[in-house]
Amino acid sequence: MTALAHVPTGSGQSASPPAPRRGRHRLLPYLLLLPGAAWLLIFFAVPLVQLAAASLYDPSGSVTTGYAMTGAVGNYPAALQEYWPQLVRSFVYTGIALVLALLMGYPLAYGIAQKAGRWKNLLLVSVVAPMFTSFLVRTLAWKTILSDNGWLVGLLRDVHLLGPDGRLLATAGAVVLGLTYNFLPFLVLPLYASLERLDPRMLEAASDLYASPLRAFQKVTLPLSMPGLVAGTLLFFIPASGDYINAELLGTPRDNMIGNVIDSAFLVKLNYPQGAALSFLLMAAILAVVFVYLRKAGTEEVL
Amino acid sequence: MGSRFGRWIADRWVMGVALLVLGYLFLPIAVVIGLSFNRPSARNTYDFNEFTLDNWRNPCATSDMCDAVVRSAQIGFIATVVSTVLGTLMAFALVRHRFRGRAAINMLIFLPMATPELVMGTSLLSLFVAAQVPLGFWTIVIAHVMFCVSFVVVTVKARLAGMDRRLEEAAMDLYASEWQTFRRITLPLVLPGIVAAALLAFSLSFDDFIITNFNSATTVTFPMWVWGAAGRSIPPQVNVIGTAMFAIALLLVGASSLRGRRARRAALAVPVAAGRPAKRLS
Repeated sequence: MTALAHVPTGSGQSASPPAPRRGRHRLLPYLLLLPGAAWLLIFFAVPLVQLAAASLYDPSGSVTTGYAMTGAVGNYPAALQEYWPQLVRSFVYTGIALVLALLMGYPLAYGIAQKAGRWKNLLLVSVVAPMFTSFLVRTLAWKTILSDNGWLVGLLRDVHLLGPDGRLLATAGAVVLGLTYNFLPFLVLPLYASLERLDPRMLEAASDLYASPLRAFQKVTLPLSMPGLVAGTLLFFIPASGDYINAELLGTPRDNMIGNVIDSAFLVKLNYPQGAALSFLLMAAILAVVFVYLRKAGTEEVL
Repeated sequence: MGSRFGRWIADRWVMGVALLVLGYLFLPIAVVIGLSFNRPSARNTYDFNEFTLDNWRNPCATSDMCDAVVRSAQIGFIATVVSTVLGTLMAFALVRHRFRGRAAINMLIFLPMATPELVMGTSLLSLFVAAQVPLGFWTIVIAHVMFCVSFVVVTVKARLAGMDRRLEEAAMDLYASEWQTFRRITLPLVLPGIVAAALLAFSLSFDDFIITNFNSATTVTFPMWVWGAAGRSIPPQVNVIGTAMFAIALLLVGASSLRGRRARRAALAVPVAAGRPAKRLS
């Protein structure tokens, strides 16, 4: 997981900090760290422990009467049995969105890094600029674009890509499109950082040695962009699989992802043990996918 | 002829695809800007009907929306100040000092950035409920500071790590006290990084929905208000706020890039100016 810490930020730990000059500086780093570290411990680490505890509460309790801690491990299989379709759907939607985002994001990152010349900075800002507006306002704009009486549906019906009653909004496709759209910049930025360092002379060398453009891409560009590709994929995958805004605004209850279920478990049904168990299942599933992926990607060195 | 055309295509198709993808990225932004100037024909219709400046003249026609914007700005401001201070101190410790437990601290900073928002939101909620802390304005602030700190650390750390330490050593050699060195040399040099971190923190806080949703009870921020309105009807003023956010952020980016360019030009001019008298002497 430390891959993320290094790749996208580019602020590695290579230069080791200087030795303290004087003895009284020995305590200084701890004083500097104390407030921030305490905040993260109390409001990030401790809550995770509390969430783990809540996932083992006796499910017969309630928020008003209080829960008894009974170590009810059975909450997990029970939650999984009831909501495995939503959990699987989260990863299927995110997976499809990731493939679409890669197909769009790779040429975009490559174009800006290698072909944009003096427009590089402007184009890079353009990738981030759409994120300056609110996430929800952007997603609602998609709702307008995809709506039944919008120009896009009209156009697709006219060219018979969509039946006369065909819809875009309130479909699984709309949810996937929303996920692709909203998390695409997270994929593009680390990918750009990798591709920007690619020396174009390497590609010239490949073509001098009779490599076809496709082969040069396979053998040179792709391997050299791997750290950015891995980091970008994770930065896309982690927030997208836990998202439920797109499913809620662009889909129907049939397209609900695990986030929708967890949201309603905590805020509507007030079933904390179930919500907590599902949260942990989501995190475990994400960690498992990330781990397998890092193994497969063969990039142990970025870990 | 054919092969030349082929090469022309081969050279440019990547840029063509890149521009198409950028178009896709900007499509909803264009809709948001367009609808901010639209007079809807009826409630719950979002087609472009008629150009008007009314939405911009009365952005607060739905007054509770403006209350929510103000509340988001207040929360964003407090969370930004606190997280920027905490994160900057941590960045200094990490870049400038040797200490035991560095790996653990790095992990503590990195994990919040890699944890899904959903998990952070639900876990904070279970802590607040277990500790019987009433949810509201301050629990939102606490949550926002928590997820902003890591991003501040990373941003300031990058700036600090790229800094030339010899400038500070020179100041100390010239009998500046430690405090004077910090105040006159270190701080001005790190400031752009701190400002960037603060802007990032504010935008993260202002736009957060998922974590806020779990820890706000009845306190309504702007994203929460939009979420509620999405189920009823969305007034065109929402798009005014969206457009304004976009414009302000663009202005800030533009201003900072102009400043950066001017600073680079000034840095280039210094050796030239300094070189002139030397030449005359020879």
